Amino acid sequence: MTYDKRLDGRKFDELRPIEAKAGVIPNAVGSAWFKIGKTEAYATVYGPRELYPRFLQDPSCGRLRCSYNMMPFSGAGDRVRPGQNRRSKEISMVTDKALLPVVDLNDYPNAVVDVFIELPQTDAGSRCAGICAASIALADAGIPMKDLVSAVSVGLVDGKLVIDLDYQEEAYDKGGVADIPIAMIPSTGEITLLQMDGEISKEQLLEGIDMVKGAMDNIKEIQVKALKDKYNTSDKSE
Amino acid sequence: MTNVLVKEKSVVVPGEILAEGMDNLPGFGTYRKNDKIIASRLGVILVEGRALKIIPLSGSYIPKNNDVIIGKVIDVTMSGWRVNTNSAYTAMLMLKDGSSEYIARGADLTHFYNLEDYIVCKITKVTSQKLVDLTMKGPGLKKLTGGRIIKVNPFKVPRIIGKQGSMVTMIKQVTNTHLIVGQNGLIWLQGEPEQEVLAVKTIKKIERESHTKGLTEQIKKFLEENTVNQK
Repeated sequence: MTYDKRLDGRKFDELRPIEAKAGVIPNAVGSAWFKIGKTEAYATVYGPRELYPRFLQDPSCGRLRCSYNMMPFSGAGDRVRPGQNRRSKEISMVTDKALLPVVDLNDYPNAVVDVFIELPQTDAGSRCAGICAASIALADAGIPMKDLVSAVSVGLVDGKLVIDLDYQEEAYDKGGVADIPIAMIPSTGEITLLQMDGEISKEQLLEGIDMVKGAMDNIKEIQVKALKDKYNTSDKSE
Repeated sequence: MTNVLVKEKSVVVPGEILAEGMDNLPGFGTYRKNDKIIASRLGVILVEGRALKIIPLSGSYIPKNNDVIIGKVIDVTMSGWRVNTNSAYTAMLMLKDGSSEYIARGADLTHFYNLEDYIVCKITKVTSQKLVDLTMKGPGLKKLTGGRIIKVNPFKVPRIIGKQGSMVTMIKQVTNTHLIVGQNGLIWLQGEPEQEVLAVKTIKKIERESHTKGLTEQIKKFLEENTVNQK
């Protein structure tokens, strides 16, 4: 048995439909909403602000602190227990590390920039959606950044390479599945996040990374558009 | 200037390539990578001679020497007052810079500035670790009583003030309110309640539309239209 047709009818290198918007939460310094297929992420940025407890402060440069949280009703039916768990702690940490190479916090010694990522609905690829949203939100907050970060997952479903897995594919039980979320700086192709769940050969992994590289420009374009649209709407109201 | 890739005064996002070649220089909010100049902030691009710079559309205040700011007293200590500057860093107002009046040894410092008081003060020193010193000695520096405080984006303050204070003077004259704009994005205003509301509305409008062209004219029109309604 082979996986020659995707469960939702997409092409093997086709992303789910993406939408994004910047500045959705007025209370925050910067915010963004990012939706890919059924997965939705909101990111808010607060700060730079004072960091307490004091021993966490870094006198040489500011710190970035991300928090990833799935809302209780965000899953496919079962209630997600609210609060931190092992998984969300890990994802918070890798999100932090995925974004850190682009943000420049040298102007903010001893301070912290907080990024809160909330997911009202998830259908796989949530950490990638979170990173995309956080990257828009950081730019919206006016944090100095070298570039934006875009992310998407690639994977192997029953021996076939596919991009942007949804939950049905991730849970495919008639064959092996590998799921590899990748975050990248699109302009340079630098990888800032790569995790792997499942088994994949070296050749296929490299092929998968190339597939992600091809999709990055698409995602970045949507992120850039989200940021620019925020300021275009006020032009129209003249 | 042929190799500048973006239109002047357009909105650019971090990572956007602004210019190619070595003819231009990277200014505020941009950086050079090989022969390209790339944006590092969300903002409006300006070409000043050979330099490209970005006026940010958002971001928080970074304390700068000689800025006149509006701060809130958050602590009274043995040697002075600690002041919130609407940035990531608090500032210290030392006793000797606290007032031009004589402050006797052991005097009650809350008598001068108490907790929750707002003061107009000037930054005298900022260290590399962003330790900030303030002074109250200087023209126009005082404790604020009455009125109301609003917060705006600190990067829009120059637009709110206008060229040689043209915008702020216009608001003051039309609405007949007292107005003090701090570089840190805090604005104090005092006047008749309806006029205060109009002034706040005007300032918010400037903040929202600061990146559009012909702003002064628009604001003038806006003020004229709205004052007529009030009479």
